[in-house]
Amino acid sequence: MSVTGETKPTKIAQVRAFVVDLWYVLIRPSSVFGLGVLVLAGFVAGVIFWGGFNTALEITNTEKFCTGCHEMKDNVFAELKSTIHFSNRSGVRASCPDCHVPHNWTDKIARKMQASKEVWGHLFGTIDTRDKFRDHRKELALHEWARFKANDSLECRNCHSAQSMDITKQSPRASVAHQRFLFTGEKTCIDCHKGIAHQLPDMRGVPGC
Amino acid sequence: MIASPRILVLAALFAALSTSLLAQSVSTGLRGPTPLDQEGPAAQMTPLKNTAEKEVRNYPEQPAVIPHSTEGYQIDMNGNKCLSCHARARIAESLAPMISITHFMDRDGQFLATVSPRRFYCTGCHVPQHTATPR
Repeated sequence: MSVTGETKPTKIAQVRAFVVDLWYVLIRPSSVFGLGVLVLAGFVAGVIFWGGFNTALEITNTEKFCTGCHEMKDNVFAELKSTIHFSNRSGVRASCPDCHVPHNWTDKIARKMQASKEVWGHLFGTIDTRDKFRDHRKELALHEWARFKANDSLECRNCHSAQSMDITKQSPRASVAHQRFLFTGEKTCIDCHKGIAHQLPDMRGVPGC
Repeated sequence: MIASPRILVLAALFAALSTSLLAQSVSTGLRGPTPLDQEGPAAQMTPLKNTAEKEVRNYPEQPAVIPHSTEGYQIDMNGNKCLSCHARARIAESLAPMISITHFMDRDGQFLATVSPRRFYCTGCHVPQHTATPR
């Protein structure tokens, strides 16, 4: 009894003492290293940390990473394969992050933080069967549509620019529709182009569909 | 047993006719000049016609043909991509022709508020056109 009673407080006290020591080391100026060494070491450590952070971020921004989970591989990625964003005449294709992760840094970090919910969903098996995925498909689609609507279909426009769009080379229907709705700003890409890369959920109650 | 010249002439005529018929049936038609026991080269695939022009029907009851590409259009119990332009409530914006009012009728002739389930699968009757020239 007495042994356990003594060791428990000592361990906590040890940790406490270490933290206090560390704090005093951190708040006092260095008496061993020169300022130049500290600055240089800090700079190098910063480069390594920042590089490592961005490399890790880029690894999570690849199709290989996305399709590492069977939820993505067997549902959304399988559906993408038959669409024009995967297979087409020119061989240029979009991968998952091209459409689902904003390209500029702040928005990307914000999206990555949101995506932590997807990790949660994977760990707790929210959509780990096809049936569960189907049940959640509308909710998931509504999130993505809302995001595209809010940022004026930014991820579409990263490749498809209205300025570079030659309407004389489009089919008459597309040409008329783009002139009426896209160029006037009345609608954004996602308003009409839903379900172009993945299958549509139950569309009852979705405006314009 | 000498055959009469008349029979000989008939036989020759028959032989000539049948060979020409045979030659014709082998070298014409959809399969082309490829012999029957071989597989010929596949015909070039043609792109879908992609215009906005209405096409004249060949007979009054013909389901109107689709003058544009419908590649990737989803038609299943979740949604119907055709109806996002051709539905009654959508034509003002899309300027597309509205689906015929007969499509609101069930099989007993009763009009429903929306497209009848038996008319939901558009491509069962309406088909897009390829730019192929008939041979």
